[in-house]
Amino acid sequence: MIDEAANRRNAALMIALLVAAVYFAIRTALMLAQTGLETPALPVHVAGLVATLGGFLALLNKSDPDQRRAFLGNAIIGLPYFWLLALFLVPFLIVLKISLSDVALARPPYMPQLDLSGGWTALMDFLSQLDFENFVFLTSDDLYWKAYLSSLQIALIATFATLLVGYPMAYGMARAPKEWQATLLMLVILPFWTSFLIRVYSLMGILGNEGLLNQFLLWTGLISTPLQILNTKIAVYIGIVYTYLPFMILPIYAALEKMDESLLEAAEDLGCSRLEAFWLVTFPLSRGGIVAGCFLVFIPTIGEFVIPSLLGGSGTLMIGKVLWEEFFNNRDWPVASAVAVILLLILIIPIVLFQRSEERARQAGK
Amino acid sequence: MKRFSWFNATALTLGFAFLYLPMVVLVIYSFNASRLVTVWAGFSTQWYAELFRDQEFLDAAWVTLRVAFFSSTIATVLGTMAAHVLIRTGRFRGRTLFSGMIYAPLVMPEVITGLSLLLLFIGIGLDRGVLTVVLAHTTFAMCYVSVVVSSRLATFDTALEEAALDLGATPFEAFRLVTLPIIAPAVISGWLLAFTLSLDDLVIASFTTGPGATTLPIKIFSAVRLGVSPQINALSTLLIVFVAIGVITASLVTKRAAVQRAREERAAETTS
Repeated sequence: MIDEAANRRNAALMIALLVAAVYFAIRTALMLAQTGLETPALPVHVAGLVATLGGFLALLNKSDPDQRRAFLGNAIIGLPYFWLLALFLVPFLIVLKISLSDVALARPPYMPQLDLSGGWTALMDFLSQLDFENFVFLTSDDLYWKAYLSSLQIALIATFATLLVGYPMAYGMARAPKEWQATLLMLVILPFWTSFLIRVYSLMGILGNEGLLNQFLLWTGLISTPLQILNTKIAVYIGIVYTYLPFMILPIYAALEKMDESLLEAAEDLGCSRLEAFWLVTFPLSRGGIVAGCFLVFIPTIGEFVIPSLLGGSGTLMIGKVLWEEFFNNRDWPVASAVAVILLLILIIPIVLFQRSEERARQAGK
Repeated sequence: MKRFSWFNATALTLGFAFLYLPMVVLVIYSFNASRLVTVWAGFSTQWYAELFRDQEFLDAAWVTLRVAFFSSTIATVLGTMAAHVLIRTGRFRGRTLFSGMIYAPLVMPEVITGLSLLLLFIGIGLDRGVLTVVLAHTTFAMCYVSVVVSSRLATFDTALEEAALDLGATPFEAFRLVTLPIIAPAVISGWLLAFTLSLDDLVIASFTTGPGATTLPIKIFSAVRLGVSPQINALSTLLIVFVAIGVITASLVTKRAAVQRAREERAAETTS
């Protein structure tokens, strides 16, 4: 029986050693990341890391099992929790706060600054200076309206186009011979792993005025002057279909692959034509996959930045690009933050719809 | 025996041609002797030679690899812990918030994630550089890792862990000796996913980077904005080849492991 006081002392020591170990680990990683192996202080930090970690583990080993279990349990929850709080939630709250601030010619370029050393009155003063001016500004300038609407429109049309291209492919894969399916699946997934940026870039050489597509069309005699495709919305649609196609194919394939083929035979026995059987049996059964695929394409494309900036030219307005330019070119942080907040509000609707349809699919599956 | 129908064969051929043709063209033109994309002037590897002489690209590649290695490694540890919490830990205070924070970064537009992290780093006065990019990449990558790992954790029987605990293992031993070997494929693919996500990221890196920490995607993006260049074609070809080799090797290895396991299971069944 280990007495209470010793137990508590043990726990305090363990926390102290763990904090020290994390500190040394971060310092070591930093030095490796920033300057490589040639840092003179590196061996000191590695030694510190090993020593504190060793001490921690020895102490952990010595303490009684219940305490050890509780401590480890808390550490396992605490570490990722703390990380996400610090680097996901807090940053977002900062965006929210700055969206309510005003632009200022200062560093950082916004007002008011929160000064916690001023105590309660400073806090109240700070809160009273926040306002919705940036959001009013967003509604008064049609650039932002147009950018939001145009993002929605581009995302909708592109999602539909992706469905039109992806469905036949998913269907073809699900109906392919069994021994081929793993290879086909691999071929769909492989582009996922290749760089997104490079895949968008590879389209630039194809779609340009002197690109391969125009050369091909001129050669076949279908057109007599090159078509302007790059730097138009058409190029953005092609880019989205091209890069997001796997997101559409995979869920539809998953839905079609599970389907019981005797249903089709039954439909044909009952006098359906091939096409009727498809419309009445296959298509409704793949609806879950279609819905999932459409959301998986639609949600990320609304905030898309790379595709419109490389393929869309200056004429294509998308909100991700507007935010980027507001921040980097105009240095208007409060307006950029307000744009981000509204973009997120717009996204919440499709995300909630998606979750609901997933939930319904899960319940239907049970 | 199922065969390809003409419709399916056409759909698949056209679809895969669409998916792969642009990349194939890119690879072919990286060996073009002419600077112009439109003219084929014979086979040449000069753009590769030029690429390897360009110190800026080499530096960017080195920064990118370091960032990807550190962020994916930290993300794998944190993501696996988070997955364990999500699947194996019952109720605790703030559970809803926790699972919300795991899934939200997956759907957040990158411009928002990048902007918010940048404002945080400025707010706490952290100088932007390799460290801030590593922190940013770790944050979104750990969410992907935890989704991959938790799907694997959810599908295997907790009785195995309980048996280990009954036989006197500590929770950590049970995790190390029972759970970890079973979820190892998911942990490895989580690491690979985090690594490629970090290699590929342009938007978040652009927001969170500082002087001396230009990553390859940032370099490519600024070069590409000026138009198509043969040097970028060469660089892209190298990246495509590396990724293809990596993914194909990984899938062959996992396939062999699956075959091996099936064989062992069959052997175990016949002996018992």
